[in-house]
Amino acid sequence: MDFLIFQVPMLTVQATLDGVLLGILFALIAYGMALQWGVMNIINIAQGDLVILGGYIAYFMYLYGIHPAWGVVVSPIIMYFVGVIIYKLVINKVVDRDLFISILATFGISILFMQLMNFAFGADVVLANSGYGTTMLFDNSVTLPNSKIFSAFISIVFAIGLVIYMKKSKLGRAIRATAQNARAAKILGVDTEKVYAATFGINAALCGVAGALISITFTIHPYMGLPYTIRSFMIVIVAGLGNLPGVAMSGMGLGMFEEFADYILGTEFRIGSVFLLLVLILVYRRFKLSKKREYLK
Amino acid sequence: MKIKNIIITFVSALAILFSTSVVSFAKVVGDKIILGSAISLTGKYSSNGVHTQNGYNMAVDRINSMGGVKVGGKTYKFEIIYYDDESNPKRAAQLAERLISQDGVEFMLGPYSSGLTKAIAPVTEKYGVPMVEANGASRSLFTKGYKYLFAVLAPANLYLDVAIRTAVELNGGKGVRIAQAFEQDAFSQDVRLGILDAAKETGSKIIIDDKLPKELNDMAATLAKVKATKPDVLVVSGHTKGALTAIRQIAEMKVDVPMLAMTHCDAAKLSKQHGANSQYALCASQWHKTLTYKDDFFTDGMTYDADFTKEFGYAPPYQAAESSAALLVFKDAFERAGSFDQKKVRDALAATNMQTFYGNIKFAEGGQNVDKPMVLFQVMCDDAGKCENKVVAPLKWASAELIHPIPKWSDR
Repeated sequence: MDFLIFQVPMLTVQATLDGVLLGILFALIAYGMALQWGVMNIINIAQGDLVILGGYIAYFMYLYGIHPAWGVVVSPIIMYFVGVIIYKLVINKVVDRDLFISILATFGISILFMQLMNFAFGADVVLANSGYGTTMLFDNSVTLPNSKIFSAFISIVFAIGLVIYMKKSKLGRAIRATAQNARAAKILGVDTEKVYAATFGINAALCGVAGALISITFTIHPYMGLPYTIRSFMIVIVAGLGNLPGVAMSGMGLGMFEEFADYILGTEFRIGSVFLLLVLILVYRRFKLSKKREYLK
Repeated sequence: MKIKNIIITFVSALAILFSTSVVSFAKVVGDKIILGSAISLTGKYSSNGVHTQNGYNMAVDRINSMGGVKVGGKTYKFEIIYYDDESNPKRAAQLAERLISQDGVEFMLGPYSSGLTKAIAPVTEKYGVPMVEANGASRSLFTKGYKYLFAVLAPANLYLDVAIRTAVELNGGKGVRIAQAFEQDAFSQDVRLGILDAAKETGSKIIIDDKLPKELNDMAATLAKVKATKPDVLVVSGHTKGALTAIRQIAEMKVDVPMLAMTHCDAAKLSKQHGANSQYALCASQWHKTLTYKDDFFTDGMTYDADFTKEFGYAPPYQAAESSAALLVFKDAFERAGSFDQKKVRDALAATNMQTFYGNIKFAEGGQNVDKPMVLFQVMCDDAGKCENKVVAPLKWASAELIHPIPKWSDR
């Protein structure tokens, strides 16, 4: 049974497309993480919880009869402010400290968010129906839900939009300057405090978009955030900071890898195999680095 | 210095006195029988925890208002002490300990879910406290040799057994090809074991056997395999998330399978969240309101459904019904024991043989209820898209005929 994928060649196409579409969505979340990690040196454990909160915004729009796809517009706006508020309340106090403190702080935020969402929205698993239908390829042997295609498309739009924004706008330039050297940027008149707040807000907004998309493609639940945090963390680790094409590639690559692992090794090894890959990549990196090492004499 | 010593001695003496007086709190105070329960009022099981609590409360009110419990010529009323276990097994075990050793509770009602029941059972067993539980179906609860644990529900391995047997019957007694996807948790894996047994007995073949990781939100790969192999039956169990994800992706990927059987449909509010897409899904249930069991307190399922809806504002899921049944079992056992001696009550519980609106109750050696089969209902929708769950198996209670095979997506 394990090698079904080789007997039915169309499954290869299905797995590749599923993996790519899934990966693009994860890459969007990872991009937000890479951004604020690069700029503020903070690993945000609450990333996944921000995603879920964004999903609930789309879900509530759906409950009130608004098409959940509008969530990709409304959710980032609300989440931007949520991000800025979190920054002002907590993150600005840990931004210059060491990484461990920021991990603890965001871990705390994560727990708080889970409990608050559970309290406010209940513990039921929910989803929003987009009614988008299905695209069938190759005589119905490969099926792609349009909601997944829509998600990938929107993710790409936001990612490209953000890249342009970072290049062209004043704030974007300030963010990049701060990422390169916060002290120098400050001396040259960049209000780094504002930059940090905006960065965290943008990250939360990206999570909001991703959350809205997840509510129409998968399901949401107050305690479902952590897998998204871990996944985006892995994508960023593989890609490296400040490397957007890298994040996109590693997102899609991991997505595909996961799908193929499912077919070849079995579903139970799907997530484990991704972790194994991560370890291998880290070991390989270290190996390469140690070869490059130069000594001062 | 001397005065200080005297004060310390005095204070510690008081403390000891105080702690012993707390321990001697009685389980039966005046005309009240005090039961204890740790229950998930917050955390991830909170919705089902609340259903459980509502079920308990409904039965307490009903029994108390209809004359209470008669033990040794005296009438007693039920009262329950609840603690919130935060959906956390460790907390649940601590609270059980606290209920027994501090609050002096001598009879317990179960928490919600197999996992939490598993955490509490060793504690109640250690103190010899009889516990009637209504929401822990995992088979492993009944193989540990617990003497004080009684479950009013059928064990997890029987959940989808009926579905396989029905499929085989419809196939003219020949074995069927089964594809299955189960989450990797105690409950779902028990359901899986039940399917393996049923497959073996009926000569069926399992062609896909996926174990879904807990954090997995996506079943696309499993369903693509199902599309490629065309099994006769697809079985899915992964709590509400599994049920919702499966229906969403089966509809999106247009997976055609003659029979789809799953668990947790009503907890997932499947037909409400997915509408006509959930049509034809077969769901395992401990109880359904149309079953014709009867008792003196709730009359029958339909009346229970109506009364519960009136009181709590929503239709009772089976989690509430089985919780109510747990109190009927306790009442019956107290009256037959004619005493509050824990051993006697335990023996009376073990000898239970009764009918409630929820079903027949008779405990096997391990404590599971062996006299109540699982029922299967099928989601059926009318042309306006309004969906209803109708019992289709076992035939004795069927209120509608099973629609088999499920029409292809291209014909819907």
